[in-house]
Amino acid sequence: MSIIYMLLTISVVVAIIFFIAFLVSVNKGQYDDVYTPSVRMLFDDELVKPDPKEKEPVNKVKSD
Amino acid sequence: MESCFHCGEDCLDDLINYDEKSFCCSGCKTVYEIFNSNDLSYYYDLESNPGISPKINESKYEYLENPEIVEKLLEFDHAGTRIVSFTIPSIHCSSCIWILENLNKLQKGIKSSQVDFPRKKIRLSFSAEELSLKELVLLLSRIGYEPNISLENFEQKDSRTDRSLIYKLGVAGFAFGNIMFLSFPEYFEINEFWLDQFKNLFRWLMFSFSLPVVFYSGRDYFISAYKGLRAGLLNIDVPIALGILVLFLRSTAEIVLDLGTGFFDSLSGLVFFLLLGRFFQQKTYSFLSFERDYKSYFPIAITRLFTENGITREEQVQVYKIKKGDRVIIRNEELIPMDAILVKGDANIDYSFVTGESAPVIKNSGDRVFAGGRQKGGIIELEALKPVQQSYLTELWSEEVFSKDKNSAFQNLTNQISKRFTIAVLSIAVLSAIFWMFYDPSKTWNVFTAVLIIACPCAIALAAPFTLGNLLRIFGQQQLYLKDANVIEKLAQIDTVVFDKTGTITENDRSRIEYEGIELSGEEKQLLCGSLRASNHPLSRALYRILDKNNISIPEHFSEHTGKGLETSLKDLKLKIGSQTFVNSADCSSGIQLKEKVEKTSVYISANDQYKGCFSFHNSYREGLAELLEELSKNKKIILLSGDNDGERSRLLNLVPEGTQMYFDQKPGNKLEFIRDLQSQNRKVMMVGDGLNDAGALAQSDVGIVISEDINVFSPACDGILDARRFSELGQFFKLSGKAVSIIKWSFLLSLIYNLIGLSFAVSGNLMPVVAAILMPLSSISIVVFTTLATQFITKDLKRKRKPQS
Repeated sequence: MSIIYMLLTISVVVAIIFFIAFLVSVNKGQYDDVYTPSVRMLFDDELVKPDPKEKEPVNKVKSD
Repeated sequence: MESCFHCGEDCLDDLINYDEKSFCCSGCKTVYEIFNSNDLSYYYDLESNPGISPKINESKYEYLENPEIVEKLLEFDHAGTRIVSFTIPSIHCSSCIWILENLNKLQKGIKSSQVDFPRKKIRLSFSAEELSLKELVLLLSRIGYEPNISLENFEQKDSRTDRSLIYKLGVAGFAFGNIMFLSFPEYFEINEFWLDQFKNLFRWLMFSFSLPVVFYSGRDYFISAYKGLRAGLLNIDVPIALGILVLFLRSTAEIVLDLGTGFFDSLSGLVFFLLLGRFFQQKTYSFLSFERDYKSYFPIAITRLFTENGITREEQVQVYKIKKGDRVIIRNEELIPMDAILVKGDANIDYSFVTGESAPVIKNSGDRVFAGGRQKGGIIELEALKPVQQSYLTELWSEEVFSKDKNSAFQNLTNQISKRFTIAVLSIAVLSAIFWMFYDPSKTWNVFTAVLIIACPCAIALAAPFTLGNLLRIFGQQQLYLKDANVIEKLAQIDTVVFDKTGTITENDRSRIEYEGIELSGEEKQLLCGSLRASNHPLSRALYRILDKNNISIPEHFSEHTGKGLETSLKDLKLKIGSQTFVNSADCSSGIQLKEKVEKTSVYISANDQYKGCFSFHNSYREGLAELLEELSKNKKIILLSGDNDGERSRLLNLVPEGTQMYFDQKPGNKLEFIRDLQSQNRKVMMVGDGLNDAGALAQSDVGIVISEDINVFSPACDGILDARRFSELGQFFKLSGKAVSIIKWSFLLSLIYNLIGLSFAVSGNLMPVVAAILMPLSSISIVVFTTLATQFITKDLKRKRKPQS
């Protein structure tokens, strides 16, 4: 027996795992809308706004 | 001029200052208040002036109380959770996504919401106990995101997108990568001891990877080739399918008989590149629909009157349930869905979506009103003459042109060349096989299959998808949205351009206004301005916009007669503003002759029952029209088809180049016939239109382009939608499509050179797998690079001229 069998098996198995992951993601519709998530991920930080009661009376400087 | 903090529009009429910000109307201010008080003002930090001014008519959504209709609209309704999807045309920026996905901060009943930006859709899940569908729709409308609910929502098609191409591409790419790495060792060393020991394992692994490529990813090519052959056509898929098949069979034979390593790498690479080309060409503008008919425009429900025990009541019913003789009620801004007779009320009907003409038409009781009109003003009562499906407008869709596929008859450039190509390849294969049969019979099969393999027209098949796909995207950036890549090829063949008049070559909203009559005194002007300001009639708004707004005087007495005009007074000055009959009914004896030109839309004015004059609204022609027509007329025939009377003929004659044919009073059916006649004279016709009355002609023509002032609103079924601001550049688009066709031809030449190099290997019997594995991707990639650079080059003027709108 040679190590090559094991290496080949591992490489093919890894490839197939990724391939299945791809199929699952397509099936779940991750490729249907490829634009909105790119915008959405930029919001995440701002979503958590301080509670209005605790808000400091400092006015945020707004850019035009 | 200050612009509104919420929507960015210029604050024209009444500026509202609130919270140190200016707003153009109370609607915008209210939305700002809602967002601000709910801690959602981040909306305004994301983008400047992101908002949409809300224009709602709350009574419009009464029908959402009807459980039958609600049930049809909901996607999911179980255990108190409801899910609904809406199309919201006003979604346009990242602020929109943010606010819509944070709706639960505004209304606790909303559990979650997800926006699909490219499709302008939102999917909402909400609690049935806390929120009704009607409240949800009203909430959306109040913050400026009014969902579009139309008859189309009723026939809920399976909205699942077709993902098979992505799967196929994935499978091919996966197999391609793995086969490449398995075949690599044998590229350089063949007779090494170590390789010899494992080569069978490597080869059979490659074989198994290639199975899904041939039988799943490449399936479409076999089907298409088979269909083509059965129809007697040698389309481009015939040599491709032949190539794939020969590659697979020869490779399998080679490994079974232990002759060599086979061409599995080239095989999977070929299929992968071909699918990539297909994927690239499949650019769709998911937020636009090119297949729309009246259904995406008509309301889902209507108010019907019914009498029970002598008491008349109103009920909301589906429009399809309306029968002949039913009495219905149409409110302000509602659409009339069927042909009917006016029973009661002042009908002031705007047919702009049917004809493109925006000036409303006045009807009296007993008159017929046609489907597709929008009531402006008060409530009217109608008696239905026909059910919705049989009205004058909707019957147009039963014409056969709407059911036939325009593309089926079209022979694109690739398929035109593929016939000769296939014959040439087959004869080269046969001839060289015959030659080797006498010279060295052992190599006959080798050479025969090698020719078929190397000549597989991968590069030819990629030329058109990449050129046209690129151009399609560039056109899209320049606001010409085409349905598919074939349209560009068809555009290059057009020799006759037919224009509709109203709304197509004229502008919809900005009319040219002229005053004729006795000059108005200062006082009269001031009062006129003040009176117009108070009126919401579209003509009043249009007139108010152009008048001098200094020292406006507010009328003491003001009354608006729907469908007739205004009566106002200040001190001893009394003004009547409105239609000819209204203004002149009291006094016909004024010395000034009334202009009898009814075809013009006019506003008449009298002061103290003295006729003064009238403001006439002319259609104003789009900028650059004359230049565009001049440019097009150099190599194309230009025809004007108008649904209107010929009142504008003389003005048009000055604009159009000599020899332009003009036809007036054309009904939708006439337009369709006219296009069909032209086509029977072997002309390639492009129709440029806008309204539903052009729908037949647009569908019949080889290329139907719709001019649209706002691409999000309705446009009839067509091959392309052009933003009205780009109208004058139509000639440019024509030129570019011509150039695109020559790029494709050059690419054909380039790929033929590659084929000749490959064939020289094949014919001499020296085709090594490594040569094929290099040559095939190389030719494909160089075609992709060439077409991309070439399309960028030819469009650089277009892109430089105007930066895309932000």
